[in-house]
Amino acid sequence: MQTIGQQFINGLSLGSIYALLALGYTMVYGIIKLINFAHGDIYMLGAFWGYYVINQLHFNFILAMLSAMLFCALVGVVIEYFAYRPLRHSPRITALITAIGVSFLLENGMSYLFTANTRSFPQVIKTVTYHVAGLRISNIQLLILGSACFLMLLLELIIKRTKMGKAMRAVAVDPTAAQLVGINLNHTISFTFALGSAMAGAAGVLIGLYYNSIDPLMGMTPGIKAFVAAVIGGIGSIPGASLGGFIIGILETGVQAIGLSAYKDAVVYFVLIVILLVMPAGIFGKHTKEKV
Amino acid sequence: MQKWEKVTMKLTALATIAMTLAGCSTAKSNGSSQGNNPGKTIKIGVNMELSGSAAGYGEQEKEGIQLAVNQINQNGGIKVGKTKKKIQLVIRDNKTSNTTAASVAAQLVNNDKVVAVVGPAATNAGTASIPNMTKAKVPSVSPSATDPDYTLQKNGSVQKYIFRACYQNNFQGSSAAKFVTKTLKAKRVAILTDNSSDYGTGLTKAFKKTYTGTIASSQTFQEGDKDFNAILTALKHKQIDAIYAPGYYSELGLIIKQARQAGIKVPIVGSDGMADAKLTKIAGKTNANNIYYTTPFSTKSGTTNTTAAKFLRAFKAKYHTTAPTFSALAYDSVYMIKAAIEKTGSANSVKIANGLASLKNFKGVTGTITMNKQHNPEKSIVVEKLTNGSVKKTYNVK
Repeated sequence: MQTIGQQFINGLSLGSIYALLALGYTMVYGIIKLINFAHGDIYMLGAFWGYYVINQLHFNFILAMLSAMLFCALVGVVIEYFAYRPLRHSPRITALITAIGVSFLLENGMSYLFTANTRSFPQVIKTVTYHVAGLRISNIQLLILGSACFLMLLLELIIKRTKMGKAMRAVAVDPTAAQLVGINLNHTISFTFALGSAMAGAAGVLIGLYYNSIDPLMGMTPGIKAFVAAVIGGIGSIPGASLGGFIIGILETGVQAIGLSAYKDAVVYFVLIVILLVMPAGIFGKHTKEKV
Repeated sequence: MQKWEKVTMKLTALATIAMTLAGCSTAKSNGSSQGNNPGKTIKIGVNMELSGSAAGYGEQEKEGIQLAVNQINQNGGIKVGKTKKKIQLVIRDNKTSNTTAASVAAQLVNNDKVVAVVGPAATNAGTASIPNMTKAKVPSVSPSATDPDYTLQKNGSVQKYIFRACYQNNFQGSSAAKFVTKTLKAKRVAILTDNSSDYGTGLTKAFKKTYTGTIASSQTFQEGDKDFNAILTALKHKQIDAIYAPGYYSELGLIIKQARQAGIKVPIVGSDGMADAKLTKIAGKTNANNIYYTTPFSTKSGTTNTTAAKFLRAFKAKYHTTAPTFSALAYDSVYMIKAAIEKTGSANSVKIANGLASLKNFKGVTGTITMNKQHNPEKSIVVEKLTNGSVKKTYNVK
């Protein structure tokens, strides 16, 4: 029982990172129907930003995380402006391939400029392990869970309660109609990218602190897993992405817990296939019929 | 006007054909002539993983190679017969891709006319470049291709032009098993294998073959994994005396950290991929206790091996960091080529291969090396123990 509880905690902390990343995928897809494959690499940039500001400018953790969010938001907007905006009216596959290209550019650009070595992330917060009812939980795990939940709630509030959020939802439903009622399409899309990338930046700093190891290719696998999480939850749906992230995290942990570590990725993709066959729109996805 | 167009057409067609032919250039075997010969300088090629997933190791090896070449050139170069010739490095990136490694090998031997190659770092990329190296009769020394079959042909005879500077897996894996059985006296062992490289799986295979106790659990992970909590939590409730985890420092550092945080206190035994100062940085000093790994070269070996001491000092002066194992192996690879050239008195590529094959008692950073019949270096192996993140004790494995 204790082991199960412990594994559940492990799954939750892993899942919250996937959830934070999945939010970025789902928001961008919801608005411009683009799977932004460079999203995982923005998370990597966030981790590296945290690494440099803590080491060079001696920022504390909160400041490092906020500045990483700001930096990643900026990077997200710049990428959108230069890579995706010129392709807004081209076929979706063109934008998709561009996204993969941007991902490669970021990964290999960072390896070229700062070498591909694994670095140890500065431990600005000392790990303290609490024992609660035979379970071990560290302050960093609590911090990750807490910040993830806080950021997701904040995101939900921004989308549901603010004017910009309303504009985002309007653009997601029908970009042309949204423009007709006076919504600036470019601003809204830039804002979405900024929001999603900020989440990725926060996830990057949290992961750096939790695992204490960052490298330029660290965004590849989590990026793909988060994409799977977004699809399972129903791509385009915000609560779906959060739920999908936790599902993937707990699933992966569970598979390893029963001793099938070699198949942990296989199981994740297997579940993806099953979900796509049974519920093609994902758990929270809406079934929309094409209007003629 | 029409005539002009026709001429252009013809030229374009010709150019296209020429380009296509150039594109599929492989190593040409130049008939009766014997391999490549040096010009004014001795050209040594580097076929290395400088980008892609193995770039971390490739970069370290490049640093070792450049340090060795700088030192040799500062001392006037390599003595070939009566004259001294300087080394000219031709560094090319194989992008951690097997096909690129093969075409890089072809470029190095055909276009750059190198007389020897250092690299590639990984077994897979190395194996892919063997045909081109063999066709051109140019030897290559891989600093870190550990698969036992790397230097062998399918029928078991040796690849004439392929050498390595590191151990092969069988030797290292069985040494670890002996150490775990005899010195640690561990009856039940859990194995955690890096499943994404021949290095990890090969070592595990060799370990399982030699180890006589019970293997309580055998789990795998992938290169780049960061979360091992699930595996470790499952292991915690199994009765084990030690963990054998062959892999590289980037993942092993995290395994050590998470294992100690989860309250697993048993010894963790690994391989030479762990012998890097970054291991402690990633794991954290207080977690890096009761850690053992098999290694040819240790930062402690400076006390007994003068070549190693010199190398460590020079490396620190140039790169401001403690030399990792990969740099040491790459450094030795260059000096092995130098020794082969000086021994045979010729920098012809075939002669270098002969020289490498008959290398005896070569004093390298990673030990005294004698090349055996299968082109594997024979050198002693030690086990280092980490206490609070630094090497406090070394064991000899017999």
